[in-house]
Amino acid sequence: MESLIELGQFILQNLINALQRGSFYAVISIGYSMVYGVLMLFNFAHGDIFMVATYIGFGIATLFLALFAGFLPGPLIFLATVVITMFLASWVGVFVEVAGYRPLRSAPRASAAITGLMIGIIFETGILILLGAKRLSFPPLMESISYNVGGIYFTNVKVMIIVISLLLMLALHTFIQKTKWGMAMRAMSYDFLAVPLMGVSINIIAPLTFAVGAGLAAVAGILYGQAYPILDPYMGVIIGWKAFVAAILGGRGSIKGAALAGYLIGFIEIFVATIFPSTLRDLIAYSIILLILTFRPRGFFGMEHSTKLRL
Amino acid sequence: MEIARKFKNTFSNVPMLGWLLGVLAAVLIEYYWGYDYISYYLGLPKIPVLFGTLIMLKDPMMIPGVIGYDLIVYVIPILLIAKASNFFTNPVAAILEKTPLWLSAIIHLIFFYGVLHLWAGINDYRVLVVKLTMISIILTISINVINGYQGEFSCSHPGFMAIGAYISSIITLYFFVNDKTFGAAVLSPDLGPWLFPFALIAGGIGASLGSLLVAVPSFRTRGDYLAIISLAFMFIIKSAIENLNVIGGARGMGGQPDYAPLPIIFIWTMLCIWVVHNFVTSIMGKALNAVRDDEAASESMTVKTRKTKMTAFMFGAFWAGIAGGLFAHVLAYINPGMFSINRLAEILAMVYFGGLNSIIGSIVGAVSINVLGEALRPLELFKWIIIPLILILVMIFRPYGLISFKEINAKKLLRAKHKREQGA
Repeated sequence: MESLIELGQFILQNLINALQRGSFYAVISIGYSMVYGVLMLFNFAHGDIFMVATYIGFGIATLFLALFAGFLPGPLIFLATVVITMFLASWVGVFVEVAGYRPLRSAPRASAAITGLMIGIIFETGILILLGAKRLSFPPLMESISYNVGGIYFTNVKVMIIVISLLLMLALHTFIQKTKWGMAMRAMSYDFLAVPLMGVSINIIAPLTFAVGAGLAAVAGILYGQAYPILDPYMGVIIGWKAFVAAILGGRGSIKGAALAGYLIGFIEIFVATIFPSTLRDLIAYSIILLILTFRPRGFFGMEHSTKLRL
Repeated sequence: MEIARKFKNTFSNVPMLGWLLGVLAAVLIEYYWGYDYISYYLGLPKIPVLFGTLIMLKDPMMIPGVIGYDLIVYVIPILLIAKASNFFTNPVAAILEKTPLWLSAIIHLIFFYGVLHLWAGINDYRVLVVKLTMISIILTISINVINGYQGEFSCSHPGFMAIGAYISSIITLYFFVNDKTFGAAVLSPDLGPWLFPFALIAGGIGASLGSLLVAVPSFRTRGDYLAIISLAFMFIIKSAIENLNVIGGARGMGGQPDYAPLPIIFIWTMLCIWVVHNFVTSIMGKALNAVRDDEAASESMTVKTRKTKMTAFMFGAFWAGIAGGLFAHVLAYINPGMFSINRLAEILAMVYFGGLNSIIGSIVGAVSINVLGEALRPLELFKWIIIPLILILVMIFRPYGLISFKEINAKKLLRAKHKREQGA
């Protein structure tokens, strides 16, 4: 009986950790998936947009904490940081679209992929040149309080990360389903040839999609900074590739799928790392992904596309 | 434009042999007088290693000296000798033209290798750069088979390379070297260099067997999903090696014997160019293009799409394995971190910079990215802003790469140039 309770505690404990880890992947992979829906391209710079957004968030948070820490309530500073970082980061997204992807609208897909990768490298190097190799630490925006409910330990930061990620996805869902802009995006992902003829310009919708994706990445970046405070110019590569894998696993262009697959990858990572030696984490995670894609090549919610794409 | 046309007119009757002779003259000048006279009087600290770019970037005051050096040593002798030697290089080229193509090609290659050997021999750094560039050529050509000719977007090349590198290293370390991991040498170390090709080929075969893991899913899917499957493959290989402590795990594996001097790598590179060129111009190679352009149509025209895809992957992976084996024996140390995302970005940059569906494009891509990378080394981090920017510009203005969809015509390249003028 006792061992059963221990097992339950163990599972719940890791479930919370996995939810937290998965939240990052889910929110970031939505950015990949949205761009795919509109442009039929993966934005390989998205991981590095996330990285840049985290650095922007770091700058804003440090600034605000230095300016207002005494006389403004903590949650307000947090909110202001999030809003301003989202705003600035979305311009990074727009920049990537206009500079890197717009000139390549009619080029083969692989060329756009290379451009995305190269923009990513430029971002990483740019940050490295600007800030040097020293590791910066993200300031905590709220006091961390630990709770112990029935033997399961968690902090308010963890709960906040999970809740904010879920709220963000809900907000995105509303945006895409209920607003005019969201409708234009959905239309574009349905048929990107006919919709521009109906007066919806792809040169407005595409930057908007990049901006929304980058805004999501900005929130993910701030939350990531709260959970893992050490910043590193290459963090976008590690997180970004896994989120990209999640976007594919969920089915290209499917936001729901991307979110679910993001959580799934979080679960696989956490549970593999607790059960097996942690060096085996990538090996097992990628093997599972390989198996899933071998038997379900379109991912979870992928639509039946023709195999002949614009390559 | 006018100058360029005049230049072209003046040198249109110089055969390949003439250019090689010009380069030979330049290299000899550098070899005998480069250090003692030319760089001394121009105030350069030593012979500029890669045409002086390193010196120029370190110390802008040296720019006039370096330009003078390049002019005196390279540009003027090459142009002069190439033009002046016309009177006998053209008849010689005409005689060679009458011999079988393979003989003429081999004579040219031996000549070319001699020049390269002299040039590289001037310092050790050049040797290393030339070796790594040639390995990159093999790698780029091999990925071009999959990404260019066959039209997949495969990201697994570092994985194939790692398999080849590790298998051949294990074989040479086990059989020919007394080391801690594998104990005493099983065979006499003298046999090593002679049996080294078999170790490389074993590595290549291992890589091509590994490629089946990517090739089989490619029957059902292509494009982005295949990119992920191949990416997953790459990560799996990397972390599998990291977890195999027998072969060093994440610490890596060192002490490979120096079985890969410049001539050996040169022979393998030329072999690779020749074999891949024959492969892609054969019926099998044309099938790759057919599958890339329209899978359903080619299937209905009796192309066996599955067999074709498998061949492309196994063939490309084989050469990547060979390249990996050579790489391991050049550096005498490998670790799994070398075969990861960074290597992938480098390989993709080389193939998409040079040009898809073209062997000459792959050579151009591999050489330019490597030489650019070495030449911009003094810029340190800024190098990683300049190279991506160049690549982005290439992608914007030439989306398929610099020289895409072109093949080498060895006959045309090597023929004597005076006949055409008589005809005109």
